[in-house]
Amino acid sequence: MSETGIGAAVRRKEDQRFLTGNGNYTDDINVFGQTYAAFVRSPHAHAKINGINTSAAAAADGVVAVLTGEELAADGVGPLICGWNIAGKNGVEAHNSPVHHALAMGKVNYVGDHVALVVAETQGQADSAAEMVEVDYEELPAVVGTGSALNHTTTIHEEAPANMCYDWEIGDSAATDAAFASAAHVTTVEVVNNRLIPNAMEPRACLAQYNQGTGDWTLHVTSQNPHVHRLVMSAFNGVAPEHKLRVIAPDVGGGFGSKIFIYAEEVVCTWATRKVGRPIKWTAKRSESFLSDAHGRDHVSKAELALDADGKFLALRVNTKANLGAYLSTFASAVPTYMYATLLAGTYTTPAIYCDVQGVFTNTAPVDAYRGAGRPEATYLLERTVETAAREMNIDPAEIRRRNFIQPDAFPYQTPVVHQYDIGDYGASLEKACEMADVGGFAARRSDSESRGKRRGLGYSSYIEACGIAPSAAVGALGGGVGLWESADIRFNATGSVTVMTGTHNHGQGHETAFAQVVSDKLGVPIENIEVVEGDTDKGPFGMGTYGSRSIAVGGSAIVKAADKIIEKGKKIAAHCLEAAEDDIEYDGGNFTVAGTDKVMNIAEIAFTAYVPHNYPEGVEPGLHEQAFYDPLNFSFPAGVHICEVEVDPTTGETEIVNYTAVDDFGTIINPMIVEGQVHGGIGQGVGQAMLEGANYDDNGQLVTGSYMDYTMPRADNLPNFNVGTTSTPSPLNPLGVKGAGEAGAIASPPAVINAITDACGGAMIDMPATQEKVWLACQAAE
Amino acid sequence: MPTVSMTVNGKAVSADVEARTLLVHYIRDHIGLTGTHVGCDTSQCGACVVHVNGKSVKSCSTLAVQAEGADVATIEGLANGEELHPMQAAFKENHGLQCGFCTPGMVMSAVDLANNMKNLDEATIREQLDGNICRCTGYHNIVKSIKDGAERMGG
Ligand code: FES
Ligand code: FES
Repeated sequence: MSETGIGAAVRRKEDQRFLTGNGNYTDDINVFGQTYAAFVRSPHAHAKINGINTSAAAAADGVVAVLTGEELAADGVGPLICGWNIAGKNGVEAHNSPVHHALAMGKVNYVGDHVALVVAETQGQADSAAEMVEVDYEELPAVVGTGSALNHTTTIHEEAPANMCYDWEIGDSAATDAAFASAAHVTTVEVVNNRLIPNAMEPRACLAQYNQGTGDWTLHVTSQNPHVHRLVMSAFNGVAPEHKLRVIAPDVGGGFGSKIFIYAEEVVCTWATRKVGRPIKWTAKRSESFLSDAHGRDHVSKAELALDADGKFLALRVNTKANLGAYLSTFASAVPTYMYATLLAGTYTTPAIYCDVQGVFTNTAPVDAYRGAGRPEATYLLERTVETAAREMNIDPAEIRRRNFIQPDAFPYQTPVVHQYDIGDYGASLEKACEMADVGGFAARRSDSESRGKRRGLGYSSYIEACGIAPSAAVGALGGGVGLWESADIRFNATGSVTVMTGTHNHGQGHETAFAQVVSDKLGVPIENIEVVEGDTDKGPFGMGTYGSRSIAVGGSAIVKAADKIIEKGKKIAAHCLEAAEDDIEYDGGNFTVAGTDKVMNIAEIAFTAYVPHNYPEGVEPGLHEQAFYDPLNFSFPAGVHICEVEVDPTTGETEIVNYTAVDDFGTIINPMIVEGQVHGGIGQGVGQAMLEGANYDDNGQLVTGSYMDYTMPRADNLPNFNVGTTSTPSPLNPLGVKGAGEAGAIASPPAVINAITDACGGAMIDMPATQEKVWLACQAAE
Repeated sequence: MPTVSMTVNGKAVSADVEARTLLVHYIRDHIGLTGTHVGCDTSQCGACVVHVNGKSVKSCSTLAVQAEGADVATIEGLANGEELHPMQAAFKENHGLQCGFCTPGMVMSAVDLANNMKNLDEATIREQLDGNICRCTGYHNIVKSIKDGAERMGG
């Protein structure tokens, strides 16, 4: 392994600018003549709009324009879309899809819904004028609860009777029922997967500009996928033709899914910039982020697990109600279906599975993918159920998992719910995690805690996720409206340095470093001579962006494919220059050698020759610049075991995580330092979900957790250090053997934490977030 | 509009601003130093931390006029040219940042912490850091960075 190649803990290339205040985030960018936007937002969860009077606002100091949905519609701007169709039970071909206007047309459906745009010379003037827009609201009853939305007397959208978006199913209902009939034991668990607010630290923002001379738009936007933004905004919203719209996602301060989506703000500002003839900047205030970023999770589920007398899983039956919010966000429909129920086999051989999901509309912010997206919900449900079964049957929780693991020789393994797992060794992760967590010493630690009047608990979580999203044909067959390949472009400069462009996007994952390591490894170019460029539709090739832990598995594979093309062409050039047959050229680490001789050309010389082709093979094009598109053969399946150990003070309910161990199988690891960082961050968010975070709406649909005063973000003193290890079964299905590491921590940790806390508190269910009060109550009940 | 003057990173600056202008907006929008970030509107996140007369301050909770005549240091003034300050170097070495958005505030808070407390242990760092939110790192590597940075600074 070289010091900068695959597997090396290379320090990040991007850090210098972030550490010195030279990052370039959207709100840092200012252009001449810029105006500022403020959105008038609904204060009501559900109301008819009988009229909007903009005249006072329009006349206010510094106001350039006040625009409403009528004007947006009159200019032919299309509604916001959801790109994934979900077919339902009984041959229903499409989900119910209410129109989602970017600016309200006669009705608002959640607090924070967009009603009008005010554009002014300063932000202060825009904000003040926004308060002067008079909206005549007629309030309607609000539909709030996930579990009760289907029975509510109020219907939010005409297009969705009984507030149902879809009633979807997967698996074999009859086989599942039959297995239950023969079960020795049935474990039933009801779980709520609490609603979360993503809270990337950089609030969403955009800066829209229109050039009247060229007819070009430039949109800077906090996006995880600038090409997808451009595609959707041109093809569906129709705000600008695709070839005239340049979308730039510069430095982006975290996404976690929330910056995948095409939101009202960027669509409206891109439309309005041409209309008002000035650049428009909008930056969310944190309170707007709370109200209008797509939220995550929010499931209410019932799971039943059938077991034989030895604790072998026979069948799993699940019903889930998934809250989709007031409208369908960009990929919302897929999250509680194909991103969720297809993972219900987990790491186990459960032969029969049936799950049905009702997606429901409520008068709350739209819900869409948030770190893990469906897979944390599946893992939480399954691992809570398995842990409960172990307790009920008096089987050690590690042992019940061992008995049910898919064995290493069973791959490729077809689950009963769509996925075919490529490779894995779940037992290896479990044994390693048990060793690292010193499970053997737990009993002694528990008695020690008890001697001090405390309680101690240990919780396991064995997770699997489907990453590297995804083979395009499979996505299409399941209703997805896009291809999920990725692209890469490797451009040698004549001096031998390299510019690499890919369609993925870096918002904390370290692509500028990790991708450079891959290229350095493959092409033998020093890492400091490699520049990775992402995030600008005018620079790189069309690409699908970063989410679903896909960047290295799909984007990295595209880079390898492009590098292979470079090598192939290099061989032709070397053969000519070294006067040998092409077949006799061997390539290794940047050098092209005539086999069995010391005749060699370095790749930098090849590049120079390609751009100054004086002595050059006939029929070969000048230049050294190759592009590749890679469509994956399958998802990748990172898996692992996390073990959490807590100490609880039963007199106060205070819970301390005293040890947290994560063992993950990510296949090949490009940069272990970056991967560990991803795991830490994911666990931090997962512990946040398990113990601290929860978005709450009151019965009127008001968000009561709308600021950092009310929504508890994990802070440094809420979290422990993490004990992180790996096992490795490289994926046979992509050229790097990678699997993706971005979401694992957030997927695995919530059930590990809750299993540990419930273990400490006597075994009864505690819903997330396991606040001090809930833990205290559970301890009281147990005593 | 009042004229507000102060020293930022050793340089005298002055701008006419609305009286309600917050220090963070003065620094970002009027002085043009965008390394100091805004992550919230309730003075909770710490993305905006700068030093005012040598003490770390959330610049979103101070009016620019309150800093009239003050000596302000922002993240841009910390390194010596291209050579990172020991705390910055420690963040890089220990992977104490991912998306970088919380980083300027984290580093400015950390420098102040290291200046004020010696022999920082992990628990103290975690407690003292409760005014800074990071969504990316889970804090593990930030805590490690600060410990290392404080040692590099001679603490
Ligand atoms: S912006 Fe100052 S504390 Fe959040
Ligand atoms: S590094 Fe992204 S918020 Fe801290």
